Amino acid sequence: MSKQNNSFLEWIDKRFPLVSTWKEHFTEYYAPKNFNFWYFFGSLALLVLVNQLVTGIFLTMSYKPDASLAFASVEYIMRDVEFGWLIRYMHSTGASMFFVVVYLHMFRGMMYGSYRKPRELLWLIGMAIFFVLMSLAFTGYILPWGQMSYWGAQVIVSMFEAIPFIGETLHNWILGDFMLSDAALNRFFAYHVVTLPVLIVVLVFVHIIALHEVGSNNPDGIEIKENKNPETKIPVDGIPFHPYYTVKDIFGVVVFLIVFCGIIFFAPEMGGYFLEHNNFIPADTLKTPDHIAPVWYFTPYYSMLRAVTVNFLWVDAKLWGVFLMVAGVAIFCFLPWLDRSPVKSIRYKGPIFKFALTLFVISFFVLGWLGTQQPTPLYTLLAQIFSVIYFAFFILMPWYSKIDKTKPEPKRVTK
Amino acid sequence: MNRIKIFLIVLCLAPLSLFAAEPGMPLDSAPINQTDNESLQRGAETFVNYCLTCHGASFMRYNRHRDIGLENEAEVTEKLILTGQKPGDLMLSAMRKYEGEEWFGVAPPDLSVIARAKGADWLYTYLRAFYRDESTVSGWNNLVFDRVAMPHVLYELQGEQELVVETVAGKEVKSLELAKPGTMTVSEYDRYVADLVNYMVYLSEPAANDRKQLGILVMIFLFGMLGLTYVLYREYWKDIH
Repeated sequence: MSKQNNSFLEWIDKRFPLVSTWKEHFTEYYAPKNFNFWYFFGSLALLVLVNQLVTGIFLTMSYKPDASLAFASVEYIMRDVEFGWLIRYMHSTGASMFFVVVYLHMFRGMMYGSYRKPRELLWLIGMAIFFVLMSLAFTGYILPWGQMSYWGAQVIVSMFEAIPFIGETLHNWILGDFMLSDAALNRFFAYHVVTLPVLIVVLVFVHIIALHEVGSNNPDGIEIKENKNPETKIPVDGIPFHPYYTVKDIFGVVVFLIVFCGIIFFAPEMGGYFLEHNNFIPADTLKTPDHIAPVWYFTPYYSMLRAVTVNFLWVDAKLWGVFLMVAGVAIFCFLPWLDRSPVKSIRYKGPIFKFALTLFVISFFVLGWLGTQQPTPLYTLLAQIFSVIYFAFFILMPWYSKIDKTKPEPKRVTK
Repeated sequence: MNRIKIFLIVLCLAPLSLFAAEPGMPLDSAPINQTDNESLQRGAETFVNYCLTCHGASFMRYNRHRDIGLENEAEVTEKLILTGQKPGDLMLSAMRKYEGEEWFGVAPPDLSVIARAKGADWLYTYLRAFYRDESTVSGWNNLVFDRVAMPHVLYELQGEQELVVETVAGKEVKSLELAKPGTMTVSEYDRYVADLVNYMVYLSEPAANDRKQLGILVMIFLFGMLGLTYVLYREYWKDIH
């Protein structure tokens, strides 16, 4: 039997680099041995991506991308399709959990300086994945065609109108109509099930290839490749990804599934955060809801959009808001060049960075919470203050990271 | 590191406690129980008798009520179908959309998922908060839904309420007073509405009970896997220092 297997493998290997690919990316990919809790979220993001692709295919079989049928077809899935409710909740919960794991994955990178040389391109590819993920979430949220789908999308697409000169033309071109309607629902469906999934799968593949080229960072922020065993050429602090990290990640997957399934089976609406209450009312193009709030993962940026209330330098407040919102997402791309600290990891960075990162996390959460609320003068003021803190974290980084008092990095990874 | 984790967890939970607060009239908590089939069946009969006249529940099929103990189709037909439809049909309203628009100014909304949009407490309070108001078209108004187009369909049961506005410490406090009693006592009517709301919560997600039951099995399986995968991980990692 085993001899037969080997000859079969040989047959394949002469035509496709199966064994060498397996070795390069699994059994002979050496990852630092000191990964901690924060290193689970990369593989978990991959798991959620697969979950979204598989459940998405099954949803497509019963969903109808038609403004007059969409809402009813979702309820058809919830009631008449065998286990349709489970598939739908896996997909809707998966959407929110995708952002949870991706935000934690990004935060890991910020703590341990994973964006620093030589991983700048890896970080940028990751940011591209984040943009595509946001587009996927936006186009997907329109599909149930509830009140929040409709009016939330209306707010987002109306941002294009704020662009000077070409705004209105661009807006109509994107929608295929003068307002959000069936034409837009159809094309957003096409983006959501074809264009964007293909893009994200390709980008994730490229992200992993780039990672395996430069090697994983670790909580100490030191390069394990700089300390190789002279005989074997294997990093002294590296261990094969398979089996060590595959078994560790499987344990992480089970912990994640307990949370994930806990939400799917016992709280699929998550108190109105994952499935908004108003989205159980079919879209009504004539009735604007009192309170329009995007889903939680967009609310920090939504707060920035609303934070700008005055016209400035001949530019309309709304356009500044749009600019601020886009900048709030895009500014992560500049991290590799903003950080001038001699060390990568938060473990060896000084008190200023720790303080700045804490403020940044607080401002992210406060902005996120404010984005779910009706604007009041006090809330708008808070949104302005915390937007300033949010951006200051990035813009002032070249200075405070340079003067910060760092500790010396160790030669070998620590526990 | 642990301090950061605790800090993040606290931050994650903070908005949940704030979410509950909403402005307006305080809502009464609906005394409902999704596993009480008798209550659900009583609510279903009330629903088809009163609500289905004007509203539809057009994502729901009559024979789906096997979930709440109406197992055979003869029973479903006898108890729930008043419009000559078949057990496999969707629960459509007896009234057409344009008729609703003509008669009430607005087509009565479909009620299939209304409990998920409004919440059980809102429905429970709303259905008990109608009062006489001669300034409206229908002659009825509602404390939680000002100038609602819907008249008080259950007034024969509840009786007629009147609005009482008192000024307490400079603030207007609105309450309702029963001016003309109906065929039910207050506690009977509250029970009746609770059954109806219980049913409407079921109606908004018929698979909810199955979901929770399956969830328990999935959780038992996952906790078993948790132990197994942890032991596997420790076994592989015991030679890594």
